[in-house]
Amino acid sequence: MADQKYPTPLLDELEKGPWPSFVKEIKAAAKAKPTAEDLLGQLELSYEEKISHWKHGGIVGVMGYGGGVIGRYSDVPEKFPNVSHFHTLRVNHPSGWFYTSDVLRKLCDIWEAHGSDLTNFHGSTGDIILLGTKTDELEPTFNDLTKLGFDLGGSGSVMRTPSACVGQARCEWACYDTMALCNDLTHLYQDELHRPAFPYKFKFKCSGCPNDCVASIARADLSIIGTWKDDIQQDDAAVSEYAAAGLDIQKDVCDRCPTKCMDWDGKKLSINNRECVRCMHCINVMPKALRPGKEKGATLLIGAKAPILQGALLSSVLIPFVPADELLETLKELVSRIWDFWGEYGNNRERVGELIQRIGMSAFLDAIGLDPVPEMISAPRDNPYIFFQGEDVAEGTAEDEEVQNEATVKETK
Amino acid sequence: MAVQIETLAEEMYAMVAECQGKKNLKATDLTKAMIARHGASECSKDDCKHAIRQLIDSGRCVYSYFGGSFITLPHKEGAAPD
Repeated sequence: MADQKYPTPLLDELEKGPWPSFVKEIKAAAKAKPTAEDLLGQLELSYEEKISHWKHGGIVGVMGYGGGVIGRYSDVPEKFPNVSHFHTLRVNHPSGWFYTSDVLRKLCDIWEAHGSDLTNFHGSTGDIILLGTKTDELEPTFNDLTKLGFDLGGSGSVMRTPSACVGQARCEWACYDTMALCNDLTHLYQDELHRPAFPYKFKFKCSGCPNDCVASIARADLSIIGTWKDDIQQDDAAVSEYAAAGLDIQKDVCDRCPTKCMDWDGKKLSINNRECVRCMHCINVMPKALRPGKEKGATLLIGAKAPILQGALLSSVLIPFVPADELLETLKELVSRIWDFWGEYGNNRERVGELIQRIGMSAFLDAIGLDPVPEMISAPRDNPYIFFQGEDVAEGTAEDEEVQNEATVKETK
Repeated sequence: MAVQIETLAEEMYAMVAECQGKKNLKATDLTKAMIARHGASECSKDDCKHAIRQLIDSGRCVYSYFGGSFITLPHKEGAAPD
């Protein structure tokens, strides 16, 4: 680009190909904003030298809040003065990410007035990310955002901005009102969202069904995943229509069922619902014929995280089924116990899933006052942290008891 | 009689001031220290939460981020350009 302030041969490579390019967008912003222009220059320098030129962290923020602003300074401000401060704001997104176009325009107006023009819709936790402003602009930006009805989201050792799938607003599979729960949690835990009081971050994610569109099982410290307790609702006529239309029900549905709980005799689909693990595959393949059951609620799971200090963890079942109308009350009680225990025994920068790994699920369940249940394990007799004693198993044989005692001895060692 | 929130805030402030530049204190460190000093019957976690809030809202202390979130005295940002 002839009128570009800094040549960017390395960044230019990222404009090639059919994919969206952040370089292209920053260049577009650079036509109006010197901040974006200097950002390109600093980024090119980082690519050349293969090191970051950002200094991260510190005390920058808005009055009273300990989260929502991520402080970032250039370590080469003399070369790129317009990005000497380049702080990020995380803005709490609306549940389900629904906006009116009017609000989006006003948000952009605010950011045009106070920041670099650059945004990220949305960050991995779900917040609206406003990229790049100076310390002096933080309070004015915050004031304008609150006037528009927005608040800052979470950063640091806080409860991070809760997020939810679109739920019952647009999805027929949603087993509870994810957007309402997300909104309730956000309002209920304002203090925990804005004032860091935890050993590390804590995330809630609300998915309306086991399809888990917000990836809560992989990303949330506490996952709330919609499910049902009774049988899958089945419309036999619609099943026949799928077969008549060419769907190979045996191959594409029954054979792909993880527990092989379905049978197709060429005319009738039979489901052994006791064996169903709510994987959603059959429902996704035949949405007109199969639906989640009528007794709806959610499974609560604990301990997922993406890799930062330690590797990634998937969450484990904590409560297999909570009816939809009891979710908020159950969560309030459960979360207070979890936070109490984690606050007391969690190490600095230790996620709750890592605490569970360190002390063992058995000790964790004991600490928060939950009994182990079969749904917590992925397969019978394949779980290293729950052992039943002879007296717990009324019909256990002497031989069983001997095996269990040996296992307990091994665990103790 | 339960310890006054203002007293807790003062004692927390003294701790933060003493540790400034030597050790980063988290909200949980302050809470645990106050409970250890006064006993859980005289000083609850909620009291400590209110005391911290008072310190932050008054501007006497600020939150900082260095990997995790800490409570510190306001100071010139080390990373900020002059």
